[in-house]
Amino acid sequence: MKFKLSVLAAATAMALSPVSQANEVEVLHWWTSGGEAASVQFLKEKLNSEGVSWSDFAVAGGGGESAMTVLKSRAISGNPPTAAQIKGPSIQEWGELGFLADINDVATDAGWDNLLPGVVSDVMKYDGKYVAAPVNVHRVNWLWANPAVFSKAGATIPTTWDDFMVQAQKLKDAGYVALAHGGQAWQDATVFEAVVLGVGGADYYQKAFVEGDMAALNSATTVEVFETFGKLRQYIDANSPGRDWNVATSMVINGEAGMQIMGDWAKGEFKVAGKNAGTDFVCVAAPGTSGSFTFNVDSFAFFSQSDAGKADAQKAMADAILSVEFQEVFNLNKGSIPARLGMDRAAFDSCAHDSMDAFVASSQTGGLVPSFAHGMAVSEAVSGAIYDTATNYFNSSDSAEQGAKQLIAAIAAAQ
Amino acid sequence: MFKYLENQLPKLVMAPTAIAMFVCMYGFIAWTVGLSFTKSRMMPQWDFVGLVQYEKLFANPRWMVALDNLWIFTFLFIVISLFLGLMLAIFLDRNVRAEGALRTIYLYPMAISFVVTGTAWKWILNPGLGIEKLVRDLGFSDFEFRWLVDQDMAIYTIVIAAVWQSSGFVMAMFLAGLRGIDDSLIKAAQIDGASTMRTYWHIILPMMKPVFFGAIVVLSHIAIKSFDLVQALTGGGPGYASDLPANFMYTFAFSRAQMGVGAASAVIMLCGVLAILVPYLYSELRSDKQ
Repeated sequence: MKFKLSVLAAATAMALSPVSQANEVEVLHWWTSGGEAASVQFLKEKLNSEGVSWSDFAVAGGGGESAMTVLKSRAISGNPPTAAQIKGPSIQEWGELGFLADINDVATDAGWDNLLPGVVSDVMKYDGKYVAAPVNVHRVNWLWANPAVFSKAGATIPTTWDDFMVQAQKLKDAGYVALAHGGQAWQDATVFEAVVLGVGGADYYQKAFVEGDMAALNSATTVEVFETFGKLRQYIDANSPGRDWNVATSMVINGEAGMQIMGDWAKGEFKVAGKNAGTDFVCVAAPGTSGSFTFNVDSFAFFSQSDAGKADAQKAMADAILSVEFQEVFNLNKGSIPARLGMDRAAFDSCAHDSMDAFVASSQTGGLVPSFAHGMAVSEAVSGAIYDTATNYFNSSDSAEQGAKQLIAAIAAAQ
Repeated sequence: MFKYLENQLPKLVMAPTAIAMFVCMYGFIAWTVGLSFTKSRMMPQWDFVGLVQYEKLFANPRWMVALDNLWIFTFLFIVISLFLGLMLAIFLDRNVRAEGALRTIYLYPMAISFVVTGTAWKWILNPGLGIEKLVRDLGFSDFEFRWLVDQDMAIYTIVIAAVWQSSGFVMAMFLAGLRGIDDSLIKAAQIDGASTMRTYWHIILPMMKPVFFGAIVVLSHIAIKSFDLVQALTGGGPGYASDLPANFMYTFAFSRAQMGVGAASAVIMLCGVLAILVPYLYSELRSDKQ
């Protein structure tokens, strides 16, 4: 009897395994820390309840560089995962190489064209068809401030870059670090991006840093941008090189520093420290950018599958990502706002409300621009060139003219 | 038949290693050289474009900084490691007490990976945590030592950490060399009235030539390959001021989607290694024949 049972069990397992294989999604992502991991867990359970099993293919490393290396080698060897965390212009590059799956029928059934803002859905489509599903929208041009530090120093929260220098000087004179900053290339680029948008405006930003228009880059505005960016050098502390962004955020939380320019993921750090938006910390648009919104959309791109069962599982996953429940839970955890429009806002905090309002408003005025510091605007080669010049300039004592010249040369070489 | 097999056995046993070497070393070197002449971006693409990637490489200011850094780093690293290693070896060779313990202490850093070395020195050299803070806390409030965060000096912090790691190893090489010198030579020199300094300078050091040569070859290829130390200590920063070619290559090939430029930089690095190895191998092979 015992023997028979085990044979039966083996036979059942053999009979079942191809089925469970077929309804499986294998997902490459690098959301392995705290709130992000919890959000992925939610998606996994939601799919499990629909009979789709989830095979996690997490490759740690914040920026996802190591994950991308693994993905490329898997794709070349003809064994790509079902879905992978890919965003921005990279989706187009993968589409051109012919790896992505068409999930247009799911999108049509669920009416994605009506649920998603135009700028977001354009990024998700390759050759007019949906190949990826958006998870969230981050606003990058935020200024995080500690109001207690400001009142002690007798300063007010700046709304323009000229005012920023005045207020930062007050903070510095009062013995605070005016601008909490981590000297890593991407953080330098994040601040640079806020300066470009604040000094040059959305039109200049779009022309010079999204379209790579040489006439715009060669204008006097570029030099002005570098002048403002260069002035910031004196308001950061000497220990900043190499510091992680969350360490810089904790300087604002602890009252060592007055401000930080960082995307809305910084909010998670304030929340974890038990701080409340509006009283313990303040979120305002980065100086001079209140009418604009630099967006950073995370998304999952879907890879072509030869197995019909896997393709079905893939579609179930795409549908689940755009579901109201997932969009809400994920974005509450991550600090971003849902990519899906018209959702109930009650659960979100005041910073998220501001972000949602600015998102809708800026999409009508043309102030909604993709973030080049976070791989949304230009190819990796061009954004790499911008990173290099921004970080090199910020850490040197070069003049604004030299900075502008280097930037133009680097962008021209990378295009 | 048996005799034949016996003759062939060494070749058979070596064959798998030889094949693995050919494919994994020389095969991939050829592959990389090939890629450097293509327009590959995110993925390998076999559209040949000639020397375009090399032109791009040498027009890139970041690459030029990395190359300059390589010269500075290699030169200082080799010279200082050789000097310190030789000094330590000579002192240890003077019959000091507890030589075994001292030798272990000096050799110990070699047992640590470069990542650990880099992380530890990152803390030691950080102005807010390490030496600067220590000296200031001792009462010298104007003391400044912030090479780690200074764009012009960051590369020297890498030299410091690398020398700390490798000079013990150089010491071990020299110590072995010193132990191999016949005592009667030194005694003869002493009888002739040569001072200790003179004995070392004119008799012992010239006999250590092969050790110098070996140490230079080992150290210079450590220098050209250095990647993890930079990554852990400075992350290439501030800006990209302390990048070395290996870090440049990794960034461009894997995270910048410019595989062609990355491959071209790898080929230039290979040329650097060959420039050191070929003369060495040549002189080795020639002396074997004699």
